Parts: sequence; structure tokens; C-alpha cells
Amino acid sequence: MSDRIEVLKTYKTYAGGNFPRTESGRYYKVYDGNDNILANACQCSRKDLRDAVVAARNAQKGWNGRSAYNRGQILYRIAEMLETRKAQFIEELETIGYKTKKAKAEVEASIDRLIYYAGWSDKYQQVFGTINPVSSSHFNFSMPEPMGVVNVWAPEERPLLGLVSVMAPVIVGGNTCVILASEKYPLSAISFAEVLNSSDVPGGVVNILTGFRDELLEHMTTHKDVNAFFYTDPNIVQEQRKQIDENATLNLKRVRRKPVEDWESEEAQSPYYITDFQETKTTWHPVGL
Amino acid sequence: MSALTKNNFILKISEITKTVPIDEVGVEERVARLNSRSIKKESKVQALKLALSMIDLTTLEGMDTPGKVIQLCQKAKEPHAALPDLPTVAAVCVYPNMVPVAKKALRGTNINVASVATAFPSGMSTLDAKLEETQQVVEDGADEVDMVISRGEFLKGNYSYVYDEIVAVKEACGDAHLKVILETGELQTYENVRKASDLAMHAGADFIKTSTGKVKPAATQPVTLVMLEAIRDYFYDTGRMVGMKPAGGIRKAKQAIQYLVLVKETLGTDWLTPEYFRFGASSLTNDLLMQIVKQQTGVYQGVEYFSND
Repeated sequence: MSDRIEVLKTYKTYAGGNFPRTESGRYYKVYDGNDNILANACQCSRKDLRDAVVAARNAQKGWNGRSAYNRGQILYRIAEMLETRKAQFIEELETIGYKTKKAKAEVEASIDRLIYYAGWSDKYQQVFGTINPVSSSHFNFSMPEPMGVVNVWAPEERPLLGLVSVMAPVIVGGNTCVILASEKYPLSAISFAEVLNSSDVPGGVVNILTGFRDELLEHMTTHKDVNAFFYTDPNIVQEQRKQIDENATLNLKRVRRKPVEDWESEEAQSPYYITDFQETKTTWHPVGL
Repeated sequence: MSALTKNNFILKISEITKTVPIDEVGVEERVARLNSRSIKKESKVQALKLALSMIDLTTLEGMDTPGKVIQLCQKAKEPHAALPDLPTVAAVCVYPNMVPVAKKALRGTNINVASVATAFPSGMSTLDAKLEETQQVVEDGADEVDMVISRGEFLKGNYSYVYDEIVAVKEACGDAHLKVILETGELQTYENVRKASDLAMHAGADFIKTSTGKVKPAATQPVTLVMLEAIRDYFYDTGRMVGMKPAGGIRKAKQAIQYLVLVKETLGTDWLTPEYFRFGASSLTNDLLMQIVKQQTGVYQGVEYFSND
């Protein structure tokens, strides 16, 4: 038998529940741990971002309209799907230089993180909602509600665990998001999109782009149909921080920066990641005397 | 017969409605090819503004109220407060009982009031009732009348009925412009669309319009191309320019620009004015505004920053 030619996967983007190529037709090379070329990743343009935001906006109402319990089920389902494809993700991490043990730990931590936030789904409103004492005859209560569409820069260094850790708290609270994957290691993110696509996550709730941070930063932070910007980079240059903050003022986007040292540690997961992307709504309900 | 003699030539109904074969695949391919044109920034801004000036801002809901119509008229007069230099839309299109409200709200502007008539959207009524309705809206001040053809009679092959009806409504319109809605979504084939277009133009239509917006599919680009070609051929035959109005389902600025390309390539720049080309739409307005602001500021816009109508 002749030698078989290997079938290589084309890494595309994930937007609106589909896997489109970048409209720009541009690609950049992704290397493994030994500087060998692994694949071509899409170098997304501002128009890809625009389309992803439209998809996220269209999906937001329906996603938030689902019961908290159902959103929890879907997050749990993502974890289940990831569990069955553990081997693939371990292998993928190994190609970029992970040792087997470390790769296994990262994939397992990612699964556990999804379970963690799945559990919070129908609880965070109870924990963070309040009944407020007021001096008139009103029943006064405050509830966290999702902000809407969140643009996210996934952490650069932990291609799977980092991505899951920033995505889960955003969507569990009823937001939808557009995530720019790790620039250097984008492949796990696109493979993870395949997991999302087979886990009952409605199209548009999570959109994943690959490309250059410097290029997309301006539009990710200025876009007026985006409600928040979430990033974690510990080493971001001062100028870019300034750019993010200034652009966010255009439509009062909420900016959250959470530099995390160790993504496997306890500090990388907390219900406060959920409330970071919630607005408080207070209701005054008249009651009889 | 009046419409025919006006144009100084006489045709039999059978000649007007002879089947013009339409190459379905060819039409769709031509549309696809024209859609792939890239429009560069300056032309795009110009096209966006032109499209805005061609809009018939429309509200045709059973739940319309005078308040809603007044709000829409305000939007027509001042599409976006932050950009006072923008063109206004061409007309506001409403149901007959809202004509006086719209007329009053638009007083002192050059925005027309268009009214649907003739038992819109089905057209299932007697000719007398349709004529009476038409006279009433014209009396109330409508500058333009959007009538529907009797699709049932058309599909039966009763072309002379449809023809006579359009002629009668045109007469009832007096000075008001008549737009004839073919409701292409119910006509089944491109040949029928072509036939209905020819019929309407020969009967005196000032505009031919694709759809009521109540039937899906509404306006599509291939159907529009077929109608534009009918307008072109009619112009070659008679020298009279008939307008075109696609309506329903046009929501995005990008689509609007694609329609303008179709018009430019089929009929030329003479038709690229609100006098001869209109969009029947409402949500298109905000998308156009968002794109115009995007071109000016470089920042993608959110719909929350534009008035909701």
C-alpha cells in the first residue's frame, strides 16, 4: 500500500454557530514548540469582528431568555463534550510544547472550570441579589442582569484553560461574547469551538476569532454595540491600557482587567468573575400598608 | 383606453401580455455578479446618502396609531439629530386612515405622503370600493397612491380585468402618482413578473413596486432586475420613464447599495433619483444612518444610539 497523505485540518473562525474563513483572506503561520509550522490561522479583520458582534448581539436576547437552570445544563454539556475529546486536546497542547502531564492537567482543569461555573448558573442571582430595606411601603430588591455583548481577549499563555476561564463566567450570566484567541497558540481555541458547536450552545453565544491583538484592539474597544471589554494580560503596555480605557468611554463600556498568575489556582475562578459582567437592576414594588 | 392613447400608440392586451421568456439562471447570475462589486469609501458614502433620500418610510400595521405616524414623520424630517445635514427621506407611506395625520405632520416639508389603497394588501374587494378608497386618500392629501393588483384575476389569465382596474385607479388618482404593487411573491414565475410589469406600465403606472411586505418572499434582487429590464424595454418602446420600488425585506445598507448598482447597470443614472427609484422600508433607515456615522467616525455603531421607529 502506498503511503497515505495526511489530511490536515483547516483552522477557521467561529461566528454565529458557523465556521467561516476570515473575509480578508489573510492568514498567519502558527508554530509548534520547535519552530516548525503547524498550521495557518485566520488573521481576522475588523469586518470579521463586526460580523461576530452582530451574531453575538442577535443571540443575546435568546440566550438570556433561557432559564438559569438551562444555561447551567448547557455549560455542563460543554464539559461533557470536552471530557470525551480529552485525548485530542492533550495531543494538541503537546504539539506546542506541553509535557503530557501538564497538558492533561490543563485539559482537566478546563473541564472542572466549566462544571464550576455550570453550578453557579442558578445560584449567583440568589447570592448577589438583595432585598433592600426602604422607608416607604415598597418591596425593594436588586438583581444582577447581564450587560449584553462582551469582547474578550483570551489569555495569551494558556490556550485552552485561559480561554475557558474567561468565557465561562461571561456566558453563564446571560451575556454573549466575541473572543480573540491567543495570538501565538490559537489552534486549541478553534478546536474548542467544535466542542461548543456540539454542546447545544446556541450559535452566536460564543464567537471565536484568531488574529493580531494590535490590529483588532481599536475596533474591539470602540464598537458601540459592545457593552464590556475583558482582558487579562499581565504585561500589557501602558499605552494600550490607555487606549482601551479611552475607547471604552465612547459608550461607557465596562473594562475589566484580571491578570492571573496561575490559571489552575483558586484565584482564577470565582463568582465575582460573573458579577463583573452584570448590571444591577433595582425594582421598587409597591406593597399595601 | 385613455392610458394607451396618451402614449400615442395602441396595443391589444394580448400584445402587452405576450410572454417574454426570462432566463432564470441568467438573471440570478447577473445579480450575483453585480453584487460582488466593491464600492469604495467615497462612493459608498454618496450611495448611502442617496439611498436614504430614496426611502419611503413605511408603517403598515394594524396597530398603527396617530402617535406612531407622527413619530415616523419626525424621523422622516430629521433622520438623525446628530447629523443635521443629511437628506430627508422621499415619502412616508401609511394606511388610508392615517393620511390626514401624516399630511399634517409633514406640512411645510417636501416629503410626500404615500398611501396604500385598493384593499391593501390582498386587493380582494370590489372595483367600486377600491376607486372610492383611492379618491378618498387623494382628497385627504396623499401625493402618491400605492395600489395592489388583483393577483387572483392575473393568475386566472384575466389580464384585461387587471388592466382595466389599473386604468380606473389611475384615473381616480388625478395628479397623485400611482405605484402599482405586483406582489411578486404570489406571481410564481419571473415570466409572470415581467408580464405584470408590462401590464401595469401600459395601463399608466408611474411606478411599479414589488411587494406589499405582507407576503414572503418580498423584494428580491432577481425579481427587481426582471422588473428593471421591463422598465428599460418599455422606455425604449414608448419613451416614458417609469419608476421602480422594491419593498419588503430590505433591511441592510449593503443590500440597498446592491439595489442601486442594479439600477445603475440596467437603467443608468437617470433613474438614480428619488423621482424614479424608491425603497419601501423602515428598518433600513437606521442601518443606513449607522453606516453613514461609521464612515464619518470610523467607529462601528450600535442600534441603541439611533431613534427607534
